[in-house]
Amino acid sequence: MKKATQQTDQQRIYQEFAKKREPSPSIWKNCLKAFIFGGLICVIGQGLQNFFIYYFDFNEKTAGDPTVAVLIFIAVLLTGFGVYDKIAQFAGAGTAVPVTGFANAMASAAIDHRTEGYVLGVGGNMFKLAGPVIVFGTTAAFIIALIKTIWIQWGG
Amino acid sequence: MLQGSQSWKFLNEPVILSTGVVGGPFEAKGNLADDFDHLFSDIWLNESSFEKAQTRLMEEASYTALAKVNKKPEDMQFIFTGDLINQITTTSFACRTLSIPYFGLFGACSTSMEGLALASFVINYGGAEYVLTGTASHNAATERQFRYPVEYGFQNPPTAQWTVTGAGVAVVGKTGTGPVVTSATIGKVVDMGATDPYNMGAAMAPAAADTIEAHFTDFDVDPSYYDYIVTGDLGKVGLPLMKELLRQRGLMVTDEQCMDCGLLIYSNDQKEVQAGASGTGSSAVVVYGHLLERMKRQEIKKMLVVATGSLHSPLSYQQDETIPCIAHAVSVEMKGV
Repeated sequence: MKKATQQTDQQRIYQEFAKKREPSPSIWKNCLKAFIFGGLICVIGQGLQNFFIYYFDFNEKTAGDPTVAVLIFIAVLLTGFGVYDKIAQFAGAGTAVPVTGFANAMASAAIDHRTEGYVLGVGGNMFKLAGPVIVFGTTAAFIIALIKTIWIQWGG
Repeated sequence: MLQGSQSWKFLNEPVILSTGVVGGPFEAKGNLADDFDHLFSDIWLNESSFEKAQTRLMEEASYTALAKVNKKPEDMQFIFTGDLINQITTTSFACRTLSIPYFGLFGACSTSMEGLALASFVINYGGAEYVLTGTASHNAATERQFRYPVEYGFQNPPTAQWTVTGAGVAVVGKTGTGPVVTSATIGKVVDMGATDPYNMGAAMAPAAADTIEAHFTDFDVDPSYYDYIVTGDLGKVGLPLMKELLRQRGLMVTDEQCMDCGLLIYSNDQKEVQAGASGTGSSAVVVYGHLLERMKRQEIKKMLVVATGSLHSPLSYQQDETIPCIAHAVSVEMKGV
C-alpha cells in the first residue's frame, strides 16, 4: 500500500480484508517459467553467436553485435505480428529481461502511437517505456564511473 | 419521485423498447456470442484507429437499436451516453453522426446504468417520448490509454480484467412492450483506499455494496425481492468481496442470486481474461444483449443491475492517489404475461 499512513481505519480494514481474499500469482511457477524462457532466449543468442563466429569472420568479442541485432529483429517482428505479448503473458520476466524485452517495449510503443502520426506519435512515444531504462541506466553508469575514478585517484 | 435519500421510483414505468448490441472478434469466442446483434471480425472495424473503431461500435449499436423499432435518430429527443476514453471523444464523435441532443456522461464503467437511470427519469416525467442510452468500450483503445501499449509484453496478474470490445444501446420510451425500469439508486463516490489498477474488482466492490445497501434501505425491501442482483464488472475477485460486504451489513444475498456481467461474457477457455471482463461495454453488452433477452423469455422477472465504475486515471494513479469508485443501480422488471 503506497499511502498506508494516510489511510483511514475504515480503508485500512477493508484493504486487509480484500488482501486476504486476493488470488496471488504463483511465484515459484512464474520464476520457473521465466527461468526457462529467459534461458531459452539466451541459448538462441549463444547459438547465433557461435554461428557468426563459425561461419563468418567474427571473433568472440565482435560476434555480439550481429547476435543482438538478430534477436532485436526477431523480437520486433514477433511484436508486429502480435505474438510477443502472448508469449510474455506466459513467460513473464523471461521475455522482459533479455534484450528482446527492450526491443518489444520500443516497438510496441511505436506501433501503438502510429495513429498519431510519425513525428508526434511514433517519434514522441517510442521511448515511453524504454526511456526510463536509458535515463537511469546512464545515470547509474555515471555515478559508478565517478566512484571508480575517485577510488583510483585516492587509492592509487 | 424521490424515494429515501438517493433513489428514484418511476411510477410511469419507462419501457426499454429495443436494444442494439455489437461486439468484436474476441467476444465472438465467448459464452454470449449468440446474444449480439452483430460481431465484427476485426478489432479495427476497418477504421484507421482504435478510437475510431470504438466510435463505430457506438454508432452501429445505436442504429441497430433504432432499426428494431423502426425509428430514426431524429425521433429521439435525447441521448445519454459516455465512455472511458479521454474527454469521452469517441462517444461525442458518434453523437456527431447521430445528431441527437446529447448529454455526455462520465461514470467510467458505471456509465451504462447512469445513462439508463437518467433516461428513465426524463421519460418518466414527460421530458421526452424516446431517449437513447448506452455506451461502448474498445479493448485496445482502453489498454493503450490506461495501461501499456497493446503489443507490449506484460504479464497480467490474476486480478487483472479484460476490457470488452463492444457496445450496448437501448431505446427507452414512454409506452410499449418490453422490460420496464421501475427504480434507480444513484451511488456516491466510495474510496476504500485501493491503489492497484490491476485489481479493479476489489476497488469497486465497496461502491457496489454501498449503492445496493442504499437501494434496499430507500425502498425498504430485502434482497429476496429480486431474482438477480447483477453487477457490472466486479469479476472473480470483486464479486465474492461484495457478497461478503453485503452479508456483513445484514443483507443476506444468495450465491445464485448474484451475477456479474464480467463473468458471463467470456468462456473459461479465454485465458487472457484473467479475473473477468471490464469496461463500460461489459455491463451494457450483457444487460442489453443477454439479460434483457432472458427477461423477454420470462426467465427473469426482476433484476437489479448495479454497474460499477472506477474513477481513476493513469495520471491520478501515477500521482499516488487512491482509486475512487462509484456504482449506480437500476431496477428492471418484466411485467404482465
